[in-house]
Amino acid sequence: MQSLGIDVLFKGTNFLRLLSGLWVAVRISLISVSISILVGLIVGVLMTSENRILKAVFRIYLEIVRIMPQMVLLFIVYFGTTRVFGWNLDAEIAAIFVFSFWGIAEMGDLVRGALISISKIQYESAMALGMNGKQVYYYVILPQTIRRLIPLSINLITRMIKTTSLVMMIGIVEVLKVAQQIIEANRRSSPNAAFGIFAVVFLLYFLICWPISRLSVSLEKRWS
Amino acid sequence: MEKALLSVRKLHKEFEGNTILKSIDLDVNRGEVIVIIGPSGCGKSTFLRCLNGLEDIQGGEIYLDGKKLQKNAKNISSVRQKIGMVFQSYDLFPHKTVLENILLAPVIVQKRKRAETEAEAMALLEKVGLADRKNDYPRQLSGGQKQRIAIVRALIMHPEVLLLDEITAALDPEMVHEVLQVVLNLAKNGSTMLIVTHEMTFAKAIADRVLFLEHGEIAEESRNPKAFFEMPGTERARQFLKSFEY
Repeated sequence: MQSLGIDVLFKGTNFLRLLSGLWVAVRISLISVSISILVGLIVGVLMTSENRILKAVFRIYLEIVRIMPQMVLLFIVYFGTTRVFGWNLDAEIAAIFVFSFWGIAEMGDLVRGALISISKIQYESAMALGMNGKQVYYYVILPQTIRRLIPLSINLITRMIKTTSLVMMIGIVEVLKVAQQIIEANRRSSPNAAFGIFAVVFLLYFLICWPISRLSVSLEKRWS
Repeated sequence: MEKALLSVRKLHKEFEGNTILKSIDLDVNRGEVIVIIGPSGCGKSTFLRCLNGLEDIQGGEIYLDGKKLQKNAKNISSVRQKIGMVFQSYDLFPHKTVLENILLAPVIVQKRKRAETEAEAMALLEKVGLADRKNDYPRQLSGGQKQRIAIVRALIMHPEVLLLDEITAALDPEMVHEVLQVVLNLAKNGSTMLIVTHEMTFAKAIADRVLFLEHGEIAEESRNPKAFFEMPGTERARQFLKSFEY
């Protein structure tokens, strides 16, 4: 059998380089996911508003995010703005902006869905027991909203983490880019490295996303 | 004459330009069971909802123990603790167990001690025959069981009046009986209740007074339910009761 090309991983500091590339991807994800959750919660509440203009604005925003490929958004923000507005955006900032722009819209829509799925009678029966507005939200509505939200938002989070692999297209040296560099540098000595190194990258993504999706499964089971 | 526990004076309710309730007057005495019947859309559920402030009213006053109901947050919360309500749809909190459902309001709203309240909750659960389900979640219970828990959840607040809004309307027929039995026992023990129902046999058995509501008005009132159900005084009530015969 041919060599799997794993040996390249242990040459020099290759493995450490991969890990530091992974950290770049994780860092971009972490920041974007945090922004998305926080702002998404607020946007979700606003999306349930009766205000027509507000509704229309969020509707258009959500459609744009859903229709446009993330890569196109990345290119517009990173390359497009440089010439048109003269912005010299840092690539990582551009990436965080795009991923948050995406995450906020989807998170907001999830929050909106969870909020409107709670029936009016839940509010009323809590009020009929003498609870005030804060108590109704804190003890009755929010726990139910969060339970519905967690499996859905974890799905969104893992999708966001996976999609950070696109940021190499705007020159960010994250785990996939590092992998490419390692493979290129060892093309002569280990032509099979493409298999081994990309397999390791796969494994690294798996190690990040798997615990998160297990968490979601176990929470779903506990709360179903 | 004994002072009424709950008094309604010229209650007027409109919704989007339509009059739902027209100048309703009613005095409810302590220990009295009042059954409200009438065709759907006559305003009977809305009437109950006005009494504990779930609906705004456009005119008239409601007095509980001689004190006028105000719509401000503090007043309405204390009124709602005194006027318990059970709804048609089983409205238990799905993320809480039976016991947690019952204890939530007494502990957070009335600031009662958990241990004592729990003892009382267990005694009430015993009475409705569901003590063994205290750690179940609502989804594990049948409709009739959920509705009995909802009654216990209202009772533990020690309400002075209990409003029951078509509490058996969404139940399978074989579960209606177990719920109504609980309500009959409450009546025997002197609870003051206003009951909206379509169960005419039950109404006849439990009512001290019957109100027949139509187009938002009390079309007929009878302090003799037996006589009312045999021979209503108004043609409209006769027609309505006839619609329950097969």
